[in-house]
Amino acid sequence: MNARRLLAHPSLTIGIAASLLLALLGLISLVWTPYPIEQVQIARRFADPGLAHWLGTDHLGRDMLSLIMSGTLTSFTVALLAVLIGIGIGVPMGLAAAAWGGAVEWLVLRISDLTFAFPAVIVAILVTTLIGPGEANAVLAIGIFNIPVFARVARGGALSIATQDYVAAARLAGLGNAAIAWRHLLPNIMSLIIVQGTIQLSLGILAEAGLSYIGLGTQPPATSLGLMLRDAQSLFLIHPWLSIAPGVTIVLIVIALNIAGDGLRDALDPRLRRQELGHAAG
Amino acid sequence: MIGFALRRLVGFAATLLVAAAVIFLLLDLLPGDPARFVLGINASEASVAALRAQMGLDAPAPERFIRWVIGMAQGDFGLSSTQKVPVAGLIAERMSVTFPLSMLAMVLSVVVGLPIGLLAARRRGKAVDTALMALAQTGIAIPNFWFGMLLTLVFAVGLRWLPPGGFTPWGENPGAALRALILPGLALALPQASILARVMRTALVDVAEQDFIRTARAKGMTRDEALWRHGVRNALLPVLTILGLQFAYLIAGTIIVENVFYLPGLGRLIFTAISERDLVLVRGATIVLVVVVTATMLLVDLTYALVDPRLRREAP
Repeated sequence: MNARRLLAHPSLTIGIAASLLLALLGLISLVWTPYPIEQVQIARRFADPGLAHWLGTDHLGRDMLSLIMSGTLTSFTVALLAVLIGIGIGVPMGLAAAAWGGAVEWLVLRISDLTFAFPAVIVAILVTTLIGPGEANAVLAIGIFNIPVFARVARGGALSIATQDYVAAARLAGLGNAAIAWRHLLPNIMSLIIVQGTIQLSLGILAEAGLSYIGLGTQPPATSLGLMLRDAQSLFLIHPWLSIAPGVTIVLIVIALNIAGDGLRDALDPRLRRQELGHAAG
Repeated sequence: MIGFALRRLVGFAATLLVAAAVIFLLLDLLPGDPARFVLGINASEASVAALRAQMGLDAPAPERFIRWVIGMAQGDFGLSSTQKVPVAGLIAERMSVTFPLSMLAMVLSVVVGLPIGLLAARRRGKAVDTALMALAQTGIAIPNFWFGMLLTLVFAVGLRWLPPGGFTPWGENPGAALRALILPGLALALPQASILARVMRTALVDVAEQDFIRTARAKGMTRDEALWRHGVRNALLPVLTILGLQFAYLIAGTIIVENVFYLPGLGRLIFTAISERDLVLVRGATIVLVVVVTATMLLVDLTYALVDPRLRREAP
């Protein structure tokens, strides 16, 4: 898959460009924001969007644009780490199930069944009771939710590869299960993993927002888009803007990621176009 | 079929048992003594020990776990350590808000999502299709709780058609209770309806390429007739899969949306329990959620096997 063929899909280009642009907006907040995000100035609170504050100020007089930049970074980071947890644990599980079969496969499938019984909110509730709320909590809850998703995708993809002649040839050549999984199965399911990763990234952004909104995720003084909505909860009837700006940002990020995900799916593997299941969980 | 159902039931029971063990272990790991927490720092050692015995905390962990599971099987979820009333009653009371809300959201998402998917598939490739799918793409991206805030702004504050929040118990005024659930129901339904519309469209487009649709067309049916008589029924299987998964996670989503509308549902109960460290209540509420999710998935599996015998040959 070279870059030119990827660029032949306009929606993919738009999706990836928009996602990267939004991620960049978050990354810039590491070195620069229009105003320091912790700068509280009650005198200028609830300012309307204008030249000094492009997106206005919140109930503490903090600059909304700065908060949104920093919040975008948190949302991306949490969702990305959760995807990495899902891939890091789920993919080896799925590969092992496909390569060894038998008892290993049974165990992997039962573990995924068990994990499916715990939606992210429930894991977050348990973890919060255990160690208190925080970003790590959200990462863990969403990450655990991601594990069976990737395990199933990896197993399904690997099973269809495992019947190929070259896998049989490798086995005849004396390669063990682990070597086959690593050398032949894994490279061939990478595109599946990337597509699913993009979808889980967008679901993770939504989940982070939900968890932070109910107080189980990111805590002040750190900020995230979900936390901004939580702050706006008691004020949005009088100051709707406080909830509209972060909400629209979430919607834009998720749309960008979904367009990129759909485009990647079409570009990397046209056979997968019909799969919609990936969007279902959440 | 009976063998299949039995295997699934055993799997269901085993999953629940392991899930219960996980929840029990996690909450048991917590530092601190629940009895001490209830009585406060100044309580005497003797009274703490007495309460520990009364709460059954002096028994070894495996025994307490077994006692907890057997109790639940008999409908006894233990006593809330802060409110001193049976947890089962507290949860049941809150479920009278959470469960109807999830059902309402489910019905709304089907009533809106499926026709949109059907319409898009009929006009496949046309402007209507593109517009509807763009709409669905946006719907999927909107956080349901944020949509709830927007709905409140428009329909409760702006137009004053519906209450902005709060809840009147069903017993007092069923009409008012239902009205209180309309906006949260719509908020929950939006992303679900968008997903359903997309799945319905994809499934129908897939079916439309099948041989039996061509046969039906060759027999003289119009495209719409063929799609309606033969297509929709065959497209419903993937739609059902999604529907089952959605309902399972809808209950969890309800917990978040309840917050926007100040509804006294399961979510509010759980958050209070967490902040007051009422572990018995947290344990009971989470296991109820896990049971609902797992049972829904079991029902979906069994429904399919009933509808489509091919699925009874079980994958490992």
